[in-house]
Amino acid sequence: MPVVRVRGLATRIGGRMLLRDASFDLHPGEVLGVVGASGSGKSVLLRTIIGLVPAAAGVVEVFGEEMGRSGHADLRRFGTRWGVLFQDGALFSSLSVAENIMVPLREQLDLSPVLMREIAALKIALVGLPPDTAEKFPAALSGGMRKRAGLARALALDPKLLLLDEPTAGLDPIAASDFDRLVRDLKESLGLTVFMVTHDLDSLIAICDRIAVIVDERLVIGTLAELVGNPYPWIQAYFRGPRGRAAQIAEAANG
Amino acid sequence: MAQSIEQTRDGDALVLRLRGRWVVADAQALDRRLTEIRAGGSRRVRIDLAGVEAMDTTGAWLLFRLKRVLEAGGAEVTLDHAGAELAPLLSQVEKRQSAPVSAPRRGFGPLVLLAHVGFSTIALLRLTRVLIGFFGWVTATLLRTAVQPKRLRLTATVAQMQRAGVSALGIVGLLSFLVGIVMTYIGAEQLRPYGAEIFTVNLLAVGFLRELGGLLAAIIIAGRSGSAFTAEIGAMIVNEEVDAMRTLGLDPIEVLVVPRVLGLILTLPFLTFWADFTGLAGGAVMCRMSLDIPLTTFLDQLRSAVSLWSVFLGIIKAPFFAACIALIGCNEGLLVTRSAESVGRHTTQSVVQAIFLVIVLDALFSIFFNGLGI
Repeated sequence: MPVVRVRGLATRIGGRMLLRDASFDLHPGEVLGVVGASGSGKSVLLRTIIGLVPAAAGVVEVFGEEMGRSGHADLRRFGTRWGVLFQDGALFSSLSVAENIMVPLREQLDLSPVLMREIAALKIALVGLPPDTAEKFPAALSGGMRKRAGLARALALDPKLLLLDEPTAGLDPIAASDFDRLVRDLKESLGLTVFMVTHDLDSLIAICDRIAVIVDERLVIGTLAELVGNPYPWIQAYFRGPRGRAAQIAEAANG
Repeated sequence: MAQSIEQTRDGDALVLRLRGRWVVADAQALDRRLTEIRAGGSRRVRIDLAGVEAMDTTGAWLLFRLKRVLEAGGAEVTLDHAGAELAPLLSQVEKRQSAPVSAPRRGFGPLVLLAHVGFSTIALLRLTRVLIGFFGWVTATLLRTAVQPKRLRLTATVAQMQRAGVSALGIVGLLSFLVGIVMTYIGAEQLRPYGAEIFTVNLLAVGFLRELGGLLAAIIIAGRSGSAFTAEIGAMIVNEEVDAMRTLGLDPIEVLVVPRVLGLILTLPFLTFWADFTGLAGGAVMCRMSLDIPLTTFLDQLRSAVSLWSVFLGIIKAPFFAACIALIGCNEGLLVTRSAESVGRHTTQSVVQAIFLVIVLDALFSIFFNGLGI
């Protein structure tokens, strides 16, 4: 059974059509990367899947259950089964990192404060942050640390599905590839399925099993090898442009 | 229960058979069960994972915590039947073993109170220094603007006057009108036994023109515009707009602060006059309705009670109040750090400080005028 099943999905924002008739499955253990030009609706697709934005048409099923349009109740029910990392971490600025991680634990479960602190410390260690980050506030963290802290919060309830919105945007190349490695490492050890919106070719090559490209309101899905052979001009420009070539050269040199 | 731990003995070894789901949703129950487990003198403990149906990082972490506790008690612990599916999870969690960070301690008692007083005092002194520095900075910018008038953001200044002044006419007028009614009512009540109800007008006129009109207008504007200044500038800081301004060669003081300070200094005297007028109007209505003092008598009494000088004394204070409110509002806005909570805290601070300083300033004016004998 696919973790996410999308059929005939259309998304629209402010009267502008972003995506028509998109269908795909996200299989357990798979990492799907979504790319597209700025403003092509990558983040909107992610938000539609998790129900923050209503779909203009079509069906989204997560874990075999159709996402209704009732909104809040769905979000609460599914909140324990997926983790979402927003672009800049979206940490609650008035709470420390540990308290941020404890928010989903407190809302969804009935755990003692001591146990919650212990779980928070574990998650902080899991995403590779130093232990003293726990008591820091988001304003005191660098962009990369905020993303890791956001990831720790997304993983608080040990979800099986992880959705990432541009996880490496705004990071330097070294921090970005560290983050890629972290996602792959966690995906393998925790058995995660990952849906990742990204601009970063290196991330796509490093961790994605399949890639979905949004071009001209359509969704084209395939492996990297398949897409490189796709004649669509934007896809060609994306994968064969100077940046694209650089990433592939690096990959060829490694492999 | 979805999970259980079965304890058996195998020779001198203790065998723990774990069953069920070791996931975060059941962590509390597991935690409680685990604290009851003791090695009980066994030198060797075998933990058998064959019956585990599901495990996540929290479950794995609880398992390793149990292992650590038993090892600390001197036992030798082995994990059995950790299947291939569990292996990556277990190794991931094992290498991330971390000492939990305890919550910061918050003590109580006289020493903490003393420390709190100390910290607050230092914070207050520091704030005073910052405010004086800010005052100097704004004054310098204002003087520069006076020399080079084309640097003044006229549109922004007029927009601030509209927002802080014209839009506030309704609320300032209504509140003064009501306070005028209340004052007249209370005054008449007190003076009636002496048959001196007519002097209610004197009370009202002196009270409103000298003090109340200005204070009312200033306090309403502190709550209405001072807070808005802080929140606007604070939100711009959160959004890095102020930093962007600096990199574009724009001086935030000149662009953001001067129009607000100047706009408020120019409008608050008019608002004070408006508050005086509506307050007296409220009093006049009350006199007419419940004291049977007709409007002409009211006006005659008013003329004998106060002179134009009183009106002037009330209004002369308004620009100082306005500068105080606008400076504090803008200063607090610029002190915001990049978090939502900070915007809220500084907005509160801004209103509290502004109202406090307005009243202090008013008291100083009273002493000053008294010393001058006016």
